[in-house]
Amino acid sequence: MREYLFRRLSLLLFMLLTLTAFTFSLNYLFPGDVLTNLSGQVNSSYAQSQALADKYQLEENIIVQYGAFLGRIVDGDWGYSLSSGQPVFEHILLLFPATIELCVYALVVAIVLGIPAGVIAAVFHKRWPDKVINSLTLMGFSIPIFWLALLLIMVFCLGLGLFPMSGRIGLLYEIEPYSHFILVDIIAQGFPYGGFAFIDALKHLALPTIVLAMYPTTVLIRFTRDSMLNVLEQNYIKTARAKGLNRRQLILHHALRNALLPVIKQIGLQFSTLLTLAMITEVIFSWPGVGRWLIESIYQRDYPAIQGGLLAVSMFVIFANMFAEFSHTVLNPISRNQAHGKI
Amino acid sequence: MRILLLGTLCTLLLGCIDAPNVKLNEKNQGLVYCAEANPMTFNPQVTTTGSTIDLIANQLYDRLISIDPDTAEFKPELAESWGVSDDGTTITFYLRKGVQFHHTDYFTPSREMTADDVVFSFDRLFNVYNPYHFVGDATYPYFQSVGLDQLIQEIIKVDDYTVQFKLFNAESSFLSNLATDFAVITSKEYADILAAAENKSQFDNKPIGTGPYKYKQYLRDNLVRYHKNETYWKHPVAMSQLVFDITTNNTSRIAKMLTKECDVTAHPSASQLAVLSKRADITVDKAENLNIGYWAFNTEKEPFDNSLVRKALAHSVDFNKILQAVFYGNGQVAKSYLPPASWAFSEQESMPTYNPTLARKYLDMAGYEDGFEMTIWAMPVSRIYNPNARKMAELIQSDLKQIGVTAKIVEYEWNTFIERIGKHEHDSVLLGWVADTPDPDNFFSPLLSCTATFSDKNPANWCNPEFDLLLTKALDTTDIEERKAFYAQAQAMIIDQLPLVPIAHGMRFQASSKEVKGIDLKPFGGISLANARKQ
Repeated sequence: MREYLFRRLSLLLFMLLTLTAFTFSLNYLFPGDVLTNLSGQVNSSYAQSQALADKYQLEENIIVQYGAFLGRIVDGDWGYSLSSGQPVFEHILLLFPATIELCVYALVVAIVLGIPAGVIAAVFHKRWPDKVINSLTLMGFSIPIFWLALLLIMVFCLGLGLFPMSGRIGLLYEIEPYSHFILVDIIAQGFPYGGFAFIDALKHLALPTIVLAMYPTTVLIRFTRDSMLNVLEQNYIKTARAKGLNRRQLILHHALRNALLPVIKQIGLQFSTLLTLAMITEVIFSWPGVGRWLIESIYQRDYPAIQGGLLAVSMFVIFANMFAEFSHTVLNPISRNQAHGKI
Repeated sequence: MRILLLGTLCTLLLGCIDAPNVKLNEKNQGLVYCAEANPMTFNPQVTTTGSTIDLIANQLYDRLISIDPDTAEFKPELAESWGVSDDGTTITFYLRKGVQFHHTDYFTPSREMTADDVVFSFDRLFNVYNPYHFVGDATYPYFQSVGLDQLIQEIIKVDDYTVQFKLFNAESSFLSNLATDFAVITSKEYADILAAAENKSQFDNKPIGTGPYKYKQYLRDNLVRYHKNETYWKHPVAMSQLVFDITTNNTSRIAKMLTKECDVTAHPSASQLAVLSKRADITVDKAENLNIGYWAFNTEKEPFDNSLVRKALAHSVDFNKILQAVFYGNGQVAKSYLPPASWAFSEQESMPTYNPTLARKYLDMAGYEDGFEMTIWAMPVSRIYNPNARKMAELIQSDLKQIGVTAKIVEYEWNTFIERIGKHEHDSVLLGWVADTPDPDNFFSPLLSCTATFSDKNPANWCNPEFDLLLTKALDTTDIEERKAFYAQAQAMIIDQLPLVPIAHGMRFQASSKEVKGIDLKPFGGISLANARKQ
């Protein structure tokens, strides 16, 4: 186990190094002045730009520059956003929780709906529940989420007026941001505004969560179904059935646990797709998360912000994947024997 | 199955959500105003950007005097009364007593507003020895472009409630310049505390004023939150909160109006007015407004330094078609540079008309038979004078193709856009101006004078001494007829030289929900929400 952990961590380290090297090279690949791309400070006087060049060690060779860059990343000095003049790292700290929050809820919805639906489809293989679930999944899988989002907005926001179409909470509710997870903050402050703030936040969450959950739900359904069908073919299931176990016992006690193992790994892998989709969702629902900010930054050619945003998002994906793989291993002893780490 | 499940889940959730009293209770009553851009700053002294002024000027601050939108007469604000000496060079303001600055979590005033604050507020603009003069690049675009820094000799505190402005010479627009949204009174006490704490840059970001609302929170791209100023000197403020929801997308602002996420929205675009006016719970107000939308050329860059080229471009575009497509009949074709509602308006016979053959001829004369490439900068936000610059740019682009000129459209985020225009990086730009006062000088000096070029505000980058002389002459006299004559000459000169092509004058629109009252549309200046209330 220790060796396994060591291998995974060294792989992680290597990936982070590659990622930072790529981010660092962006400073040279982006148009404009390297120093401005790095620091986000423009129009500085000669003395200032000298001080900056010293700080960023621009006079040194590229390896030393990269070293200095790594040091600043670790210190949380990610430069200043060109458009707001604020530190990039502060923006990310403020915005990332909103994205993670949305992704986590979407993932929870996907798990809660996707896994049971997948199991049902497998159990009723080639009978009507399977066919219904299968065709709905195919539909959900093929709908582009921006189109789904606009459709939902048209029906539920503009048509029926049931849900708000933007933001995390009604702007007149003042919630002190402690954790930056809105529901957590509201609960921590003891349901202010007579609980209405909480309900309002849920209403704001509803549509973006549904939209974002659509893709991972369909993937999980298909994956669970396939994996379950696979397990049900196994000899030990046949043995169990021959021993006279009833269907329920068979599925809940013998098939499900084994069928879910690959699914857990899949959940972790979904996180990267989820973050990409979250960016689209954030833009459509004006969700104040890191994705919307990143897209806005691209539009504004705010290079330090693009760099910081990319770095933060990719780092998060790497960590999430690592975590999923690790938990998969903890639950599944077989994969521990694979001595080499996988990306 | 899954969608069914989702559906049931939603209904279950809604069962408890759609309780009848979802409305905020009395204590939290507030107004949400959907604004089209982030504020660039929280101090109106340092900007002339209309979208920023709308958010900050009348909400957070007061001025010494203001102009009544109906009668165009001066009204007392922080100054109870004022007097002008016979030669017009000494103006004395007698200040109101008992005016409190904002009490916030970052500053608690220990005294009322006095002459010290007034002297400080103006001293910062003009006195290089003022500790705050160089905070934020020392650009005070409005004051510099109208030349107030050249005009004011001295600002004297006579006693705690009397302030005297001594001018080098009398100028007819001085009082109206002091009545603009930019001439706000800031707190000297707050400035001193920040200076002592070596934190001067906070002064323009965390504002302290005397206005009806006080600053609470600003989240970029998201919201600006103000609380009501309980000690407002003028009248009690009805709204306990004022929130600006920053929504840059026009369609989103309309949609938010429909879902009731906004109570009031700025600049609904003309194409969507029909959707709004169908709704019984939404009012759309329409008002005349002093403004001009124009297409300005960077006259310092080749080939736009050649007035023949500018003429060719002006004649190549069918502005009537543009007016239909962009303003949907809610704009007036420009017949001069000034809008017809201004008293100095003089109709120009020689306004350029759509005539591609003539345009080609001018291009040939200028030596550009084969055409050239250029950029058209289209502003990304919707303003009164140009509801959809992108569309306008596309139409111009296709017209220019006919005379062999290839145009590229350039877009940036609004604040970046303004900054880059200030640095004159553009070839040509679609922009405009909304008057801050009814005084016609407001259309000329801040935009087309040489001083405006130096303070980065002249989008045509056009400095013509003859033109400046006309403006000075018009300001030196108080005789209305004489001034009219000078401004008529100035307008003729613009149409002759075409540093910019006047396109149209827009109407000011505002959509608000029926229960919101007390927001009046003024023909000039930024919006004021001081009297807003819900019924």
